Amino acid sequence: MSVPGDLQYTKSHEWVRTEGDTATIGITDHAQDELGDVVFVELPDEGATFDAGEPFGTVESVKAVSDLYAPVGGEVVEVNSALNDAPEKINEDPYGEGWIVRLRTSGDGPANGDLLSSEEYEKVLQEEA
Amino acid sequence: MAFNLIRDKGREGRRGYKLPRPDVEMKDLGSVLPGAALRKEKPRLAEVDEPTVVRHYTNLSRQNQGIDTTFYPLGSCTMKHNPRANEAAASVPGFAGLHPLQPEAQVQGALRVMHGLQGFLAEVSGLPAVSLQPLAGAQGELTSVLMVKKLFEDAGDEGRTTVLVPSTAHGTNPATASMAGFGSKEIGLDEHGCVDVDELRSMVDETTAALMITNPNTLGVYERNIAEISEVLHAMGAFLYMDGANMNANLGRMRPADAGVDIMHFNLHKTFSTPHGGGGPGCGAIACSDDLAPFLPDPAVEKEGEGYRFVRPEKSIGRVAGFYGNFGQMLRAWNYIRMHGPELKEVTEMAVLNANYVRAQLGGTYRVPYDELCKHEVVVQPPAGKKALDIAKGLIDHGYHPPTIYFPLVVKEAMLIEPTETESKETLDDFVGTMLELAETSPEDLEEAPTGAPTRRLDEARAARQLKARW
Repeated sequence: MSVPGDLQYTKSHEWVRTEGDTATIGITDHAQDELGDVVFVELPDEGATFDAGEPFGTVESVKAVSDLYAPVGGEVVEVNSALNDAPEKINEDPYGEGWIVRLRTSGDGPANGDLLSSEEYEKVLQEEA
Repeated sequence: MAFNLIRDKGREGRRGYKLPRPDVEMKDLGSVLPGAALRKEKPRLAEVDEPTVVRHYTNLSRQNQGIDTTFYPLGSCTMKHNPRANEAAASVPGFAGLHPLQPEAQVQGALRVMHGLQGFLAEVSGLPAVSLQPLAGAQGELTSVLMVKKLFEDAGDEGRTTVLVPSTAHGTNPATASMAGFGSKEIGLDEHGCVDVDELRSMVDETTAALMITNPNTLGVYERNIAEISEVLHAMGAFLYMDGANMNANLGRMRPADAGVDIMHFNLHKTFSTPHGGGGPGCGAIACSDDLAPFLPDPAVEKEGEGYRFVRPEKSIGRVAGFYGNFGQMLRAWNYIRMHGPELKEVTEMAVLNANYVRAQLGGTYRVPYDELCKHEVVVQPPAGKKALDIAKGLIDHGYHPPTIYFPLVVKEAMLIEPTETESKETLDDFVGTMLELAETSPEDLEEAPTGAPTRRLDEARAARQLKARW
């Protein structure tokens, strides 16, 4: 499973890429593999705000419906509306075209101490296996 | 394989029936009905002869897998044999020909059956008041949670906003909470696969309306702390709701009221052997405590002197079904319970024994999470490198309906197997033999399955992404 070194992760298998006060969020390669074929993504409205750890949407696959949890708090500035027509992008390219939302982070960057580095996330995956 | 609609097999003007000559004067429809009520075009009905109709539906039915053709271990669904004695009862002309608008005086027999069944379910649950109206388990859940909501409204308690559900819950539980206007919060499990009581304690407060628990839960594990759980809830004025999908593990052995359950639903179509699958008809009867009884759906059946009548509970939430619910299912369930009488508990004993037999036979080859004595169903995981989906498709090639897969969500590659009490040891041995054979089959071969079914493997992802709900 691919775990890029330049991203941060959550135990609930989201990834986050922080650039200035913008955080791009998706689900990991491991998460899409566990879920199987994604058939529907429920995206939040632009302008909605979420606290870190709060559910902001759902991913539905042929196996299950799962909540998406915000790795960091903030306001939704953009959603990947391409997923409405092509949810399979999450399976095909989870760290690229399969991104889900962009948040303008509240305060000065990710305030959530629970975010994991790629090494820490790989350990989580090993423990789960 | 091509699926033709029966309409496509017709020819204009072809008929498969002859009606007798009318013995009353025929009138033009336009002289009896207002113009707006008349069709402008003829309905597009199939114009076919009788052999075509018979062959069309017989051939379709031969593509079915069902409890009448195969072992059907679909976990949490209790696909037990439907005794034909139930069908005999349901075909009695006095029942089969009833009309729901007949006056009470003409349907005393039916009301007696309903009243009797209310009593049986009260005895099985230990809860005094019963409604037979809900048409399915999920509607029984919704009815129950709406009653809880109305009780709080009636008491002027406006702060009850949350329903708690364990992570093993059926998906209908949080959906019910949401439909009834509550938020839902998930509770984790302890090392036995049961509700984590410490976590529950930290979550229950004055905003908690109820906990929805399934017992045994969807891992097939008995919630051993249920009495303590009910005390935690009751101390905060919240209710304990029990999802009765798994009542086949409890009959005559565990009375929900004794464990502190306030309200619950039954699935007559699961536990009490009425036919189901394909979406109905079902009966999600509910039973509740005296506190909740005034809020039951309208009407309930009451005995008055020697007769029976419909009554509206005092603070009823209203109707939840057209007329009185699925009476045919109530009749079959009544018959089933009368057939077993006090031996009903042997149903549960045999269901639990069968599930544990399958668990013991599969263990070692399949992984068994929470490997303790189970109740009426057991969760297993395929050997490393194999997928539950592939094993399930392989079972189809061997003539079995697959078990529930990928549920409960807390177990990866879950296969939830519920053999029920109605299967013989030979059937279970054959099934176990097939499961062990599939565990040895190469992943490449398994990915090809099914090869002998009417269709090869369906593209479930494409079906969901590009949904076509019309032909």
